[in-house]
Amino acid sequence: MPKPILTIKKLTKKYGNNVIFHDIDLVVNEGDTIVVIGPSGTGKSTLLRCVNLLTKPDGGEIWLDDLEITAKGADEDRVRQHIGMVFQNFLLFNHLTALENVKLGLTKVKHLPEAAAHEKALAELTRVGLADRADHYPGQLSGGQQQRVGIARALAMDPRVMLFDEPTSALDPELIGEVLEVMRNLSLEGMTMIVVTHEMGFAREVADRIVFMEKGSIVEEGTPDDLFYRPKYERTREFLWKITELYGKKEAKE
Amino acid sequence: MAEWLGLFQRFLKDFILGAGTTLELTAVGLLMGFLLGLGLALAKTFGPKWLRAIATGYIELFRGTPLLVQLFLIYYGLPSLGITLSQTLSAYLALGLNSAAYQAEYLRGAIQAIGNSQMMAGRSIGLSRWQTIQHVILPQALRLALPSWSNEPISLLKTTAIVFLIAVQDLMAKAKRAATITYNPIGSYLAVAVVYLVLVFALDALLKWAERKTKIPGFEINTKRV
Repeated sequence: MPKPILTIKKLTKKYGNNVIFHDIDLVVNEGDTIVVIGPSGTGKSTLLRCVNLLTKPDGGEIWLDDLEITAKGADEDRVRQHIGMVFQNFLLFNHLTALENVKLGLTKVKHLPEAAAHEKALAELTRVGLADRADHYPGQLSGGQQQRVGIARALAMDPRVMLFDEPTSALDPELIGEVLEVMRNLSLEGMTMIVVTHEMGFAREVADRIVFMEKGSIVEEGTPDDLFYRPKYERTREFLWKITELYGKKEAKE
Repeated sequence: MAEWLGLFQRFLKDFILGAGTTLELTAVGLLMGFLLGLGLALAKTFGPKWLRAIATGYIELFRGTPLLVQLFLIYYGLPSLGITLSQTLSAYLALGLNSAAYQAEYLRGAIQAIGNSQMMAGRSIGLSRWQTIQHVILPQALRLALPSWSNEPISLLKTTAIVFLIAVQDLMAKAKRAATITYNPIGSYLAVAVVYLVLVFALDALLKWAERKTKIPGFEINTKRV
């Protein structure tokens, strides 16, 4: 029996009168990799930010295990420790080396002693294949390497769930592969992940379920096979077809 | 020329003493201005509405009125409210309060440039708001601010000259004294001009060194991209 880690109920977000998304229901089970797709401006990124409480939702509930994190008085900082986030623009701490980027949360949030934090940070960098870049500053790393540091930084907190907000959209095509590989391995290791991406190859291969969002609501949700071969809605087929064609072109270039 | 050098030599000890006072005024004013200015900049960027309003009001007030007026209000005005401060203390206070307004603006610009995205990144790993400011935003913002902020110490060093008007014995006061004794104002003021120039050069070298020392590889390029 799969155990839900993250349960989203009737989640709604508005900016003023502008509804970003409304009544989103989503259950993420332990070990699931959920890929969220959809045209830009549909609220996918905002949804991730709501899950991480970086943005406050206007209605609905989010549960992490048995705790309602949207409840009044929930300890946001504590919640965020358990939900890792990887950003489109990496958002590394530019004044710190790769190792220090990963270490900061360990010493300041988890209060690990210096030596233990160092060891753990190095282990996380090794996990993303960057142990040899530990002393480099973000400005000295390629985009793909920066994003892998970003992943290591989030992983170091031992999160229950990892959120990826278009992690490869800001990367040159030849750097996308190394980031997707790290994510693929994470998924195989059983990490629970929600990934917003346009990388259809990744979605098809790695996702347990694909969620198609449009205009602020979930249009369709199912296994990759369901969505690619047996979509219930014409709109889903159209979108997937368009995106796959784009992605295919990109792949042919490599 | 020989006569001028003679004057210089005669008052050298006096000038050195005065230069010491001038440097002290600069250092204290700068430090006070930095601490208060940083508080104002943070209040203006991250504070609640009412605090932002207070910070803005403070900055407008102190940038909008002459330093000399502020100095006189503190030294001659406060005693009527029952607060009497020594000349040196009044000078420190006026320079510090005034410099804070300018430093706040240098720092605010840099803090806002580092801004929201780094705040989001810090919060995403569970750092609190204040921890993020402390460990993520300020280390970057201060580096970013350094080149333009460097104007402030140099400008302040020269601005301290006005305190001779409340008889603080700074470099300017020593020049006035030399001028009175020797009946040679041009020579005297020229002499301290040279001393000011030497101090500014030294300070400038120190600031350039600090800029090099705190530089992070690739950091400037990266901030431009974000």
